Amino acid sequence: MADFVNGFWNAYVMVLVALSIAFCVFIIAFNMRASGKVGELQPHKWDETLQEWNNPLPRWWMYLYWLTIFFGIAYLIIYPGFGSFPGIAHWTSVGQWEQEMKKADEQYGPKFAKYRNMDVKAVAADPEAMAMGKRLFQTYCMQCHGADARGAKGFPNLTDNDWLGGDGSPEYIKATITNGRMGVMTPFKDVLNPEQIKDVANYVRSLSGLSHDAQRAERGAQVFAENCAVCHGPDAKGNPLIGAPNLTDDIWLWGSSEAQIISNVTNGIQNRMPAFGEFLGEDKVHILTAYVWGLSHKQ
Amino acid sequence: MANSKHEIIERSVTLLIIATLITVSIGGLVEIVPLFFQNSTTKPIDRQGNPLDVKPYDALRLTGRDIYIREGCYNCHSQMVRPFRAETERYGHYSVAGEYIYDRPFQWGSKRTGPDLHRVGGRYSDNWHFAHLRNPRDVVPESNMPAFPWLDRPISQRDINSIQDKMKVLRTLGHPYTDEEIAQAPSMLQGKTEMEALVAYLQGLGRALSNFQ
Repeated sequence: MADFVNGFWNAYVMVLVALSIAFCVFIIAFNMRASGKVGELQPHKWDETLQEWNNPLPRWWMYLYWLTIFFGIAYLIIYPGFGSFPGIAHWTSVGQWEQEMKKADEQYGPKFAKYRNMDVKAVAADPEAMAMGKRLFQTYCMQCHGADARGAKGFPNLTDNDWLGGDGSPEYIKATITNGRMGVMTPFKDVLNPEQIKDVANYVRSLSGLSHDAQRAERGAQVFAENCAVCHGPDAKGNPLIGAPNLTDDIWLWGSSEAQIISNVTNGIQNRMPAFGEFLGEDKVHILTAYVWGLSHKQ
Repeated sequence: MANSKHEIIERSVTLLIIATLITVSIGGLVEIVPLFFQNSTTKPIDRQGNPLDVKPYDALRLTGRDIYIREGCYNCHSQMVRPFRAETERYGHYSVAGEYIYDRPFQWGSKRTGPDLHRVGGRYSDNWHFAHLRNPRDVVPESNMPAFPWLDRPISQRDINSIQDKMKVLRTLGHPYTDEEIAQAPSMLQGKTEMEALVAYLQGLGRALSNFQ
């Protein structure tokens, strides 16, 4: 797409292109025949005995040059390239992309339309929709949640029906994909001393029956009640409204080792799921919602 | 063939060099020079001429960009989403020239071993980038990207010392940095790691256009 700041550049390109082509035509026409007497032995010698005849350049080779010139001219007539002239085919790379998208929309549009107004749970029961969802998941989600959707350290497992910030309903999943989520825990390094943090880590481990120092856990219970219960609840079962996880189950987003818990309490957590609504659009989000919901609701 | 006109050029090296330079420069004069005089390649606008929200890199992102170049990320990652459905579906809106006006030089790359990165900004969390740069296999087991654990070191004093000069040079090329931004640049880099700078750069990439706005 040529949108020159003024008309000079349009003329500049046209003149240079036309002159170049004319020059090539002239050179090739000029060299179609040998200059001087054909078949004459040239006087110049290389490497003592090597000499050359004065012969015209091979025809087939010269015709290839003519071919490139005709190709060039035809190209500039059909496609953009000659200044601001758009070419008689009006081809643009974006136009080609729009055609491609239109064709894809004709093919896949009806499929998306079929599921658009269906309930997420009904979509999840449809094998074709689930196959679509799986492919979408493998393209857009697996980088963080893993190809098997079981997540990784810091990236939630989507197959266990345990949800950090809500009830795992289709609405909750759709809102999460569309708008993203923040997962924030305050750092406690300025509030608690390392001993207190170690105590509370042992207490947290004791909640889910992991090995712990009973004495530390006892002291940690007090620290927990004063500092952690606000978000995680007095019974440590978490609070989905603020994304505070249940600490009494055996699901650990960051790992359950004492060192890891100490690190999380000390430095806090700043976790984030990006928003995908603007990028994927409603139709794809709908199918993905059904796929993710289906992962923990196998029929 | 003493009377050949060719011989005049062939026998004079100076003339041969001049004729060669003229011939070679035609391509550049026709294909490169006019690009400096097109609105779509020199202004932050999209194809319809609407303004795009493209800003020059701040000090941290500029440093991250230099780390991106130093580590050779462009060897495997391109930064240009071509207008093909396969690419716009995977990465997002195709790239337009106006998005690169503050890229000197642009990082289009040419080899696509890894995914295109032009729309990577905001696509992953910062934590994902940190984990992924330290060891890509921790988050994507199938990945063949090398790990970059050494980026977990503070930005070198040399880079902090040179940031103001870098920004001043870019300002002479038309990047609208204010005096205040240049004055604060070193303090912005103080205490940051190279990885933080690189992630800041990546998170800012390609935010100007999106599929569904």
